[in-house]
Amino acid sequence: MLSLHCPYCGVDVDETDLTPGGEAHLVRSGSGSDDADFEAYLFMRKNPRGVHFERWRHSFGCGKWFHAARATDTLEVFGTYSAQTKEPPQDVQERIRARRPDWKGFGKGDRI
Amino acid sequence: MSDAVSVCNGASFSGAVQVLDAGLCGMITLRGDLADEKLSAAVKAATGMGLPKPRRIKKGKRGAVAWMSPDELLIFVDYDLADSTVTKIERALQGQYFLAVNVSDARATFALQGTGVREVIAKGAPVDMSPQGLPVGEIRRTRLGQVAAAFWLSDEEHLTLVCFRSVGSFVYDWLCNAATEGTLPRLTG
Repeated sequence: MLSLHCPYCGVDVDETDLTPGGEAHLVRSGSGSDDADFEAYLFMRKNPRGVHFERWRHSFGCGKWFHAARATDTLEVFGTYSAQTKEPPQDVQERIRARRPDWKGFGKGDRI
Repeated sequence: MSDAVSVCNGASFSGAVQVLDAGLCGMITLRGDLADEKLSAAVKAATGMGLPKPRRIKKGKRGAVAWMSPDELLIFVDYDLADSTVTKIERALQGQYFLAVNVSDARATFALQGTGVREVIAKGAPVDMSPQGLPVGEIRRTRLGQVAAAFWLSDEEHLTLVCFRSVGSFVYDWLCNAATEGTLPRLTG
């Protein structure tokens, strides 16, 4: 069972109260971009065994979207944070580094 | 116009706890910037109360105000006063972005009474129902079974639950079933 802390309500919320929104921090490649970037934006998603950044929506509660950093293999949650950001906050990244010394850093080497 | 009645028309059930269709209740959804002074002044003028802190419900003589999300409040007033309260809020906030809607007829309200109310809700909501997890006066929006619901305790033996009217009779049946005599864990200590 996965339980995430909603940064808006300030409560720990069960997975069944949430709606998953897939990978977080996607960079949109719209018109004018080349075909490979557009294809990557539309279809290519990370599927790591380990640290993953995800979008979640507190759909049965406040209805807000937020981001979560968690490990897909152990279900350990490193932190949740506002969706209005382009990369995970420093404290979340430090927590991941402390728990996972082999993690290469946000956006580095985790493409499949 | 025909007479308005609540979803279960005042039905009640007595088991491990009492379940009661709480009847018609005026409810207004207000969305907007909760940090805005004009909005809190409008709520104060309409209900006589200031804004509640996050997750809290504030009660007064003329109703209650509940925090539903960082930009949403649920205002409880007398059923007959809901429309006039919406008009009051609309006048006070004219010219700025907000949304105030009378949702009274889209909601059902149930009152639970008894020593085991926390245990009854704990059967179907993924919420820590201990006094530390959900203190008195805190509203929690979650699900009950598979339908959306919000509930709060006004004291240790009184719980109020609000859900969509469309699922009102299901929720009433669910609550009665969950409150069947002899199905609650025995309270120790």
